[in-house]
Amino acid sequence: MITRAPRHIESVYDVVVAGGGPAGLAAALGAREKGAEKILIIDREQEAGGILWQCIHSGFGLHHFKEELTGPEYAQRYLEDVLESGIDVLTDTFVADVDRDKRLKLMTGHDGIKVVEGKSVILSMGARERTRGAIRIPGTRPSGVMTAGLAQKVVNMHGYLPGKRVVILGSGDIGLIMARRLTLEGIEVAGVFEIMPHANGLSRNIVQCLHDFDIPLHLSTTVSEIHGRDRLEKVTVAPVDGQFRPQTDRAWDIECDTLLLSIGLIPENELSRQLNLRFDPVTSGPVVNSCMETSMDGVFAGGNVVHIHDLVDFVSQESLLAGRNAGLYVTGERPPVDNVRLSPGENVAYCVPHTISTDRPHTVYFRVRKPLEKCSIRFGDVLEKKLSYVFPAEMVTLKVKPQFLENFHGDALSIDVVPRD
Amino acid sequence: MIYDVAIIGGGVIGCTLARELARYRLNVVLVEKECEVGFGTSKSNSGIIHAGHHSSVGTLKGRLEWDGNQRWDDLCRELGFGFERIGELTVAFSEDQYKTLEELLAQGQAKGVPGLEIWEADRVRAEEPALAEGVAAALHAPTAGVINPYEACFALVESARANGVEMRVNFPVQGLSAVDDGWIVKGSDAEIKTRFVINAAGVFSDWVAEMAGVGGFRIHPRKGEEYLLDKRLKGYVKRIIFPVPTPTSKGILVIPTFDGTLMVGPTAHETEDRDDITTTMAGSDEVFNNVRRVVPGISERDCIAEFAGLRAAADGEDFIIGPTKVKGFINVAGIQSPGLTAAPAIATMVADILRDEGLAMEENADFVSTIPPQVRFATLPVEEQIRLAREDSRYGHIVCRCEHVSEKETLDAIQRGAHTLDGIKFRTRAGMGRCQGGFCTWRCMELLSQELGLPMTEITKRGGGSWILRPREDGGQP
Repeated sequence: MITRAPRHIESVYDVVVAGGGPAGLAAALGAREKGAEKILIIDREQEAGGILWQCIHSGFGLHHFKEELTGPEYAQRYLEDVLESGIDVLTDTFVADVDRDKRLKLMTGHDGIKVVEGKSVILSMGARERTRGAIRIPGTRPSGVMTAGLAQKVVNMHGYLPGKRVVILGSGDIGLIMARRLTLEGIEVAGVFEIMPHANGLSRNIVQCLHDFDIPLHLSTTVSEIHGRDRLEKVTVAPVDGQFRPQTDRAWDIECDTLLLSIGLIPENELSRQLNLRFDPVTSGPVVNSCMETSMDGVFAGGNVVHIHDLVDFVSQESLLAGRNAGLYVTGERPPVDNVRLSPGENVAYCVPHTISTDRPHTVYFRVRKPLEKCSIRFGDVLEKKLSYVFPAEMVTLKVKPQFLENFHGDALSIDVVPRD
Repeated sequence: MIYDVAIIGGGVIGCTLARELARYRLNVVLVEKECEVGFGTSKSNSGIIHAGHHSSVGTLKGRLEWDGNQRWDDLCRELGFGFERIGELTVAFSEDQYKTLEELLAQGQAKGVPGLEIWEADRVRAEEPALAEGVAAALHAPTAGVINPYEACFALVESARANGVEMRVNFPVQGLSAVDDGWIVKGSDAEIKTRFVINAAGVFSDWVAEMAGVGGFRIHPRKGEEYLLDKRLKGYVKRIIFPVPTPTSKGILVIPTFDGTLMVGPTAHETEDRDDITTTMAGSDEVFNNVRRVVPGISERDCIAEFAGLRAAADGEDFIIGPTKVKGFINVAGIQSPGLTAAPAIATMVADILRDEGLAMEENADFVSTIPPQVRFATLPVEEQIRLAREDSRYGHIVCRCEHVSEKETLDAIQRGAHTLDGIKFRTRAGMGRCQGGFCTWRCMELLSQELGLPMTEITKRGGGSWILRPREDGGQP
């Protein structure tokens, strides 16, 4: 156990951080850096660090630390800094409710129900996995159907095996990582099935988890039925048509006892909805300005709760900014209000933050809707950047400097990704 | 030991009957083939206590529906499960459908069902703004309510057992032999001797009747698929919304369940296969396409879970309740909708039949009608939560983050009979929320393992072969 519970939980903090995963840890450090004194991180697990603990594979920190770390190693770096900074970490504790007075009701594992108040609040609750019910896979409801993340936790943190022969639905990164992980445990992975015509995970994962292990990837194919009364016995898979509906006349059955679902992550915004924040229907996360502040004064957000990231490095970067601004908010220094609205244009699904200002540098994150090679990112008429390829699975970051906007006098900019002339 | 009564089938009918017979000095045993009561059709039931006007007085269903409806308040008060009369609306889009509303109104009034009223379009729109613009009128029935049928099963059986009724689960009935003055009920590895047999075996009640040498009817199972929607839609409609009914089905409904989740369905399609509880693409399309016409704001994107169950529909579509040509064998079969509603009335009817058939029914003076209340931490006021968590810190320790279920409630569920993940789920709601067990599955498994002294690899989803984790070949345990 790395973190120690604070001896005394105060009733008012400068900053309360809901969620002690990589986003919350970075945000707390950012707040401390900018002068916030009493900071409390709350996390529902036994140890802060979030999902990183079960990500025992490496590939974390390439951008941020210029090293290749495992998930736990990345978490460790942050946890050590957090503890050294005197930031309080309350683990095994769940934030049940929050209100617009920034009071949070906590269910602590050991100390009953507590109410704490933050002068500012940082939302860093991360995401949950999309489940079977969300895509309504027909068939029976046996055991053996679970999300890839739950399987990862069970295998990596507790040393158990989910089954003998596995089918994975969805080529998201968690599914790809688990295809390799289970193979290394001697479990047979019959294949990875992806409903889209392109893979959804990082290219390096397709190579290192599937190609390197001869695990077949079937695109434009989905699981159309689940069979088995008590335990999964087989799945039916089928190619899909232009409307993504299974073509059952071309279906075939695969015997297996485990079906892992890696079909997407959903920002976990229950608390954000309690605060009546403005939401972006595409990201399913709160609308944020360039300070990572939500539509409610003094409530900031960072990480997967705002939009789903691929690399933890950008979670840290974005959340550090959220934390710094929470710190500034508490000490009374606020940057000027944003003056430019950003909107997703051609082939862009969403962009975060939703507004920027012309006086400071920004990093804007966005995703495209469709893959494109030899393209250009057009940031209004202000900036054009060439890229050799973009695809939805890899979030794009765009560094915007004030000098690009010197001659821009409008109040709205759109980001488009178009083929190069 | 020779029992007075053996009830075959631990669905809501068997459970209600078990609890009714517990009022008498009798040796009663309830046998159920699944690992828990209610784990057959009853847990898939829509959970509606029907208003009383749906079935005609000419049928047994019709006579027992309103009678049954009125008894749920007492049961809920004594046994502590949730029940709320939220009311229902049967909506009409046309003149023809309006006529049907008038017929239903008359049918209900003839039975003495109070409060029935036809609302015109303006009133409907004001009361339920989420309904489609084209709704011309609706029949309002305030006596309709919602329960969680599995909660009722657990509570009824707990009360029955507290008063001396025995329960045997994992007991599939494989044969029945008539002997002097009674029956032998054969399970897979045990036998029961009893004077009377009550056939409450639901979808399999015709097979049980065949085993008794009685036969006389066939069950033609009718599958219903239901879809549960994200809690975000809580309160979107306030009452149960019915379309105008057809001869075989009340139609596809929008049901605000007792816990606030909206549920849509059920479909109604006959199936030969008595194990077919699959959900289907066609069923999903049918449900959402039909619901959209009545409540346009609901879509597939709101779906978080789905399930299906089989109605035990008998030939003639009515209940088959009564003694048979063989002494001591009593049918309580063909109990489809409004079976849940009618259950308490069915139970007293069967008690009367037993009396008529010669069973001495002496009242049990020690009968205790209540069971210890079950704590639902998430629904308590915060001062109460603080007090409870101070007394027992396990109330403050979360197990299910979506439904805010605590460790103490989970442990209580295990103590009260949950030996599987589904057993915990149906008693506490852990696993029913939007993450569908992503967070709580592990915590529930650890608690089951700890309390039952079982290795994690022996914990199941719902008994039988539904293991979760596979043992290692070398037998090693992490």
